[in-house]
Amino acid sequence: MAMPAYYTTKDKVWHYTFRVICFAIFFFLLAPILIMIPLSFNAAPFFTFTREMLTLQPEGFSLRWYQDFLSSESWMRSIRNSFIIGIAATLLSTTLGTLAALGLSKSEMPAKGLIMGILISPMIVPLIISAAGMFFFFSSIKIAQTYLGVVLAHAALGTPFVVITVTATLVGFDHSLTRAAANLGASPTRTFFKITMPLILPGVISGALFAFITSFDEIVVVLFVAGVEQRTIPREMWSGIREDISPTILAVATILVLISVALLTVVELLRRRGERLRGMTPG
Amino acid sequence: MGNASTSDGFVAFDRVQKSYDGETLVVKDLNLSIAKGEFMTMLGPSGSGKTTCLMMLAGFETATSGEISLDGRPINSVPPHKRGIGMVFQNYALFPHMTVGENLSFPLEVRGMGKSEREKKVKRALDMVQMGKFAGRRPAQLSGGQQQRIALARSLVFEPDLVLMDEPLGALDKNLRERMQYEIKHIHNNLGVTVVYVTHDQTEALTMSDNVAVFDDGIIQQLAPPDVLYEKPDNAFVAAFIGENNTLRGKVDGVNGTTCTVRLDDGSEVKALKVNVAGDGVRTTLSLRPERVVLGEEAASMPNRFEAEVLELIYLGDHIRVRMNVCGDDEFIVKVPNNKGGRDMKVGQKAPVGWAIEDCRALDPS
Repeated sequence: MAMPAYYTTKDKVWHYTFRVICFAIFFFLLAPILIMIPLSFNAAPFFTFTREMLTLQPEGFSLRWYQDFLSSESWMRSIRNSFIIGIAATLLSTTLGTLAALGLSKSEMPAKGLIMGILISPMIVPLIISAAGMFFFFSSIKIAQTYLGVVLAHAALGTPFVVITVTATLVGFDHSLTRAAANLGASPTRTFFKITMPLILPGVISGALFAFITSFDEIVVVLFVAGVEQRTIPREMWSGIREDISPTILAVATILVLISVALLTVVELLRRRGERLRGMTPG
Repeated sequence: MGNASTSDGFVAFDRVQKSYDGETLVVKDLNLSIAKGEFMTMLGPSGSGKTTCLMMLAGFETATSGEISLDGRPINSVPPHKRGIGMVFQNYALFPHMTVGENLSFPLEVRGMGKSEREKKVKRALDMVQMGKFAGRRPAQLSGGQQQRIALARSLVFEPDLVLMDEPLGALDKNLRERMQYEIKHIHNNLGVTVVYVTHDQTEALTMSDNVAVFDDGIIQQLAPPDVLYEKPDNAFVAAFIGENNTLRGKVDGVNGTTCTVRLDDGSEVKALKVNVAGDGVRTTLSLRPERVVLGEEAASMPNRFEAEVLELIYLGDHIRVRMNVCGDDEFIVKVPNNKGGRDMKVGQKAPVGWAIEDCRALDPS
């Protein structure tokens, strides 16, 4: 971007300083993540760059940690668990969150602020407190250390994201469309699936992805609520670091980063589609 | 005159009241009967209760008390999607994620109609509004006027007996609005469908309707065909709301059968038709249409004659609006045809004005 002609020396200095600051922030945010990727190809069992790697010799690199990861039964179980729990929790929180957002968007709904506050409290309450509370509660109703317990806990954590994204989508929703559908003879159920749902779908999917990612990289609640059977990827990484310090977790981390990037790309594409659709609302 | 008797109409409101907050009534004791095939317009300023009435008929609002019936059947407890009433919304409410064809097909699908029959009806409805070529377009790709036609076609495609229109032309420019008025009127004539039309535009109401219900303050002020409404307003509100109107204020000073003598505030005496005044001594508003005032020498033969002064001339092409001072009223408007006499008028000029007794209506004080 060219600098305007009226810039003084002070403005010019700031112009460049500003860019340096921005770059520093991005570096600070991304370096720890990006540094893992080359390290995961380390041939030696260290968390540091070896001389061979720094001089770019082929023997310094290997896929052994990826192999290790793929051939390990406990890692494979954790992947399975992460997806089972993540998908189940996502389905639950997406359904509940969407229904809640729809209800809260109705003008005749009483105590909206209070209900909204309660629904999004899992985002605000420190996770360790939610986790401890869930641990005691789930233990007393005998669902601690079960899949059901972990899924319910993660659904509670994911619901706020769905409520927020769907509520945001509903702000631009033209409620005369549901009236028009009713007027044309469609029952409330049909109106929901044929008119409301297609129009708020981008918000629902964004919320669902956030809920999935929340579950996918959650560790605190899993530590409290899950048993050995329900170990998820983050939980396995946690033991990996504490018990046998192996660069396998770097390989896992690299894979997780790629999954997150893919999911966030989908979110962004959906958001754009949503904006296009909303722009199409007449009047 | 006044409220028609209920219970025998195709659509009937029987002592309907509506309050949103439980205290103030938005609609007060509404009795209205609409015949089959009639074009009924609810006209009134915003907040007069007309849209609320339409929403109650469509089922989106519930009446606080009273009964609404359609074709002799009470519909208070029938949900909107089972009423089978067509409706054109103010913002058109076309489904943005569907094409024009899918929008029109939607009410037919809901009714479980087969594909070939659906296509036939959609095509016929689109042809009716001259939008046959646009079935594959999305609403966002259409202009406001085209969207309006699609909304109209969609409200008619499932062949309802009753169609409601909530200020459907409000968002269009003047020329398009006038064209659509005629089109809606023609469609109404051709299909014989009953239309309840809500508007705050009096020209629209006069152009299109069989009957107009003028709403104000939650009450129907007058229910009459357009010509009666304009020529014989029942009260000062209707006289002022419909068309241009000169008002003179005074006190009744003698009643003689159907006419009365009114002493204006400046002392002059006017003979008027007794319409809405109780009797001697009460205050009244005289209503007089600008085009019924005679200006110049012809005024000599009129029962009401006054000397007036020209204050302002406004050239309007086909006629000239003359603002005059008559009987102490500075806002007295007379319409003069654009001919020699009209063109020769000058500001400050004195001229006699006059009018007939039957053109001057003594109404309630406003």
